[in-house]
Amino acid sequence: MKLYSISIKNLLRHKLRTFLLLFVLVLAIFTFVVLITISRVVNENFAKQLDEYGANILVTPKSNSLSITYGGMMISSVEYEKNELREDDILKIRTIKNRENISVVSPKLIGIVKVNVGSNSLMKSAIICGVNFESEFKLKKWWKILGRKPSGKDEVVIGSEVARSFNLKIGDVVNIEAQVFKVSGILEETGSQDDLMIFADLRSVQDLLKKHGTITLAEVAALCYNCPVEEIVRQISDVLPNAKVTAIKQLVESRMEVMHRFGKFSFGISGIILLISALIIFTNILASVNERTKEIGILRTIGYKQNHIMRVILTEILVISFVSGLLGYLLGWGVSMIVSPILSGTTNVKVSFDWILFILSIFISLGIGIIAGIYPATKASKIDPIVALRAL
Amino acid sequence: MNLLELKNVTKHYLTGSEVVKALEDVTLEVKYGEFVVIMGPSGSGKSTLLSIIGGLNRPTSGTVVVDGIDIYSLSQEKLADFRREYIGFVFQSFYLIPYLTVLENVMLPLIVTDYTKEQKIAKAKEILERVGLSSKMKRFPDELSGGEQQRVAIARALVNEPLLILADEPTGNLDSLTGIEIMKLFKELNDSGKTIIVVTHNPENAKFADRCVYVKDGKLLGIEVLP
Repeated sequence: MKLYSISIKNLLRHKLRTFLLLFVLVLAIFTFVVLITISRVVNENFAKQLDEYGANILVTPKSNSLSITYGGMMISSVEYEKNELREDDILKIRTIKNRENISVVSPKLIGIVKVNVGSNSLMKSAIICGVNFESEFKLKKWWKILGRKPSGKDEVVIGSEVARSFNLKIGDVVNIEAQVFKVSGILEETGSQDDLMIFADLRSVQDLLKKHGTITLAEVAALCYNCPVEEIVRQISDVLPNAKVTAIKQLVESRMEVMHRFGKFSFGISGIILLISALIIFTNILASVNERTKEIGILRTIGYKQNHIMRVILTEILVISFVSGLLGYLLGWGVSMIVSPILSGTTNVKVSFDWILFILSIFISLGIGIIAGIYPATKASKIDPIVALRAL
Repeated sequence: MNLLELKNVTKHYLTGSEVVKALEDVTLEVKYGEFVVIMGPSGSGKSTLLSIIGGLNRPTSGTVVVDGIDIYSLSQEKLADFRREYIGFVFQSFYLIPYLTVLENVMLPLIVTDYTKEQKIAKAKEILERVGLSSKMKRFPDELSGGEQQRVAIARALVNEPLLILADEPTGNLDSLTGIEIMKLFKELNDSGKTIIVVTHNPENAKFADRCVYVKDGKLLGIEVLP
């Protein structure tokens, strides 16, 4: 028999109390682990999805002339041709150091064209936007198309406003600069400039506008979860000296803000739960010490020192804390593995065993135990055997 | 040679603003190997006297010397060491620890010593044999009779081989026959050389002792040497 045997045997005697203490602390550590793990996993996935959701970098020609706005960003005049971007240039974007982070590059050629429907109707001006449909659809995940995506170079998708003003329906034929195109789909209203545009294949628009190999701008979606967008902007600027590369900063910052707020929320909730568990453990151990006054009095009488008593009480708490930290982490890890895919909306989420979080869980658990237990243990060690036994 | 020397021991308690004089100027000597009974009505201060002798209760004034050590000159923690090494306590209510077996209860004082595990077990078993409880080592206290529980308590008091056994009303919770059994056990221990002080209010118990000390209202009334 050792000093700790007394602690262990006492824990085993008061099974209900021991269970309650374990339950409270396991629950606290479990919540901590789940919130931290899930917020991390969800953040990562959320950030990835956000990054893929629209562009966060805009590449435009360098220019001091008149500008138009596109997506809330000032871009150079479409008519200004001195410094125009070449389609080949944007291939260089894929050569930067952080090319792994580049998710989508969508080049665009924007211009004004004459449009009429049927042979006799009036010619009207419209804005046409030449795009690579594949990357454009990838970039604009919020687009809802009535009809279908264009399947060839002679098919276009039109904005809702265009459809209204030209009175076009899906499957209609439209003449753009005397060339025949078929409307394969109409965009549902987006509330953006997209409503006012005709989207056609980039190559076809280059032919129509006689601007072979040129583009007006390129939208870039970079995954910025683990690298600053400024760094990617700088790298793109380096490979495209003639272009103006702008981060859509507001968007990036608000994305980060959302993630950080979620993280803070998790920490806040965990903190409160850990605090409550510490209070419960404190009152419980204190009650147990009061209940055991006589027993402690006997031990003091037969020659146990104050630090022996302290060790008996603290050992009990540390055993509970250690087991709780261990179980709390394992349980939290298990539940995170089950819940993370559901919450982040993808199945390819892997929650691996996190040694740092595991050790942190045990240390936090031990810390709570010590904080909650130090006063009751000190109180126990100061018990006066004469007062405790009253028999003498 | 005296094992115990109390000189002018006084103990006053303060309850509120009132001073309770538990002991007044008590001087007492106990020789090695003596069996002394302290008698007196309840509230006479005899238990206070025992706690002062046992190093549990610092007197207001006076000195207590055990085996040449002025015990109240020791620090609180050294006093714990003193109790463990010199004193064996036996109480009226046994005070066994309910979740430990008989063997473990007897081993309690040894836990905080440097003996090896095997030595601790051997010592505890030896003492249990001496009090006649070898067959009940694995039992828990609540599975034993009162007399058996008191024997376990006595075994616990003996296991550290103390010079002095202090018993506070050891027969108070037992029927008279079992009480006599326990007193006989004390007598046997005394015959084998142990110094024993028993506090009691039962005159029957005095028969087993060498001397009887009478206490009343905190004062030593007299010492009777028994035949």
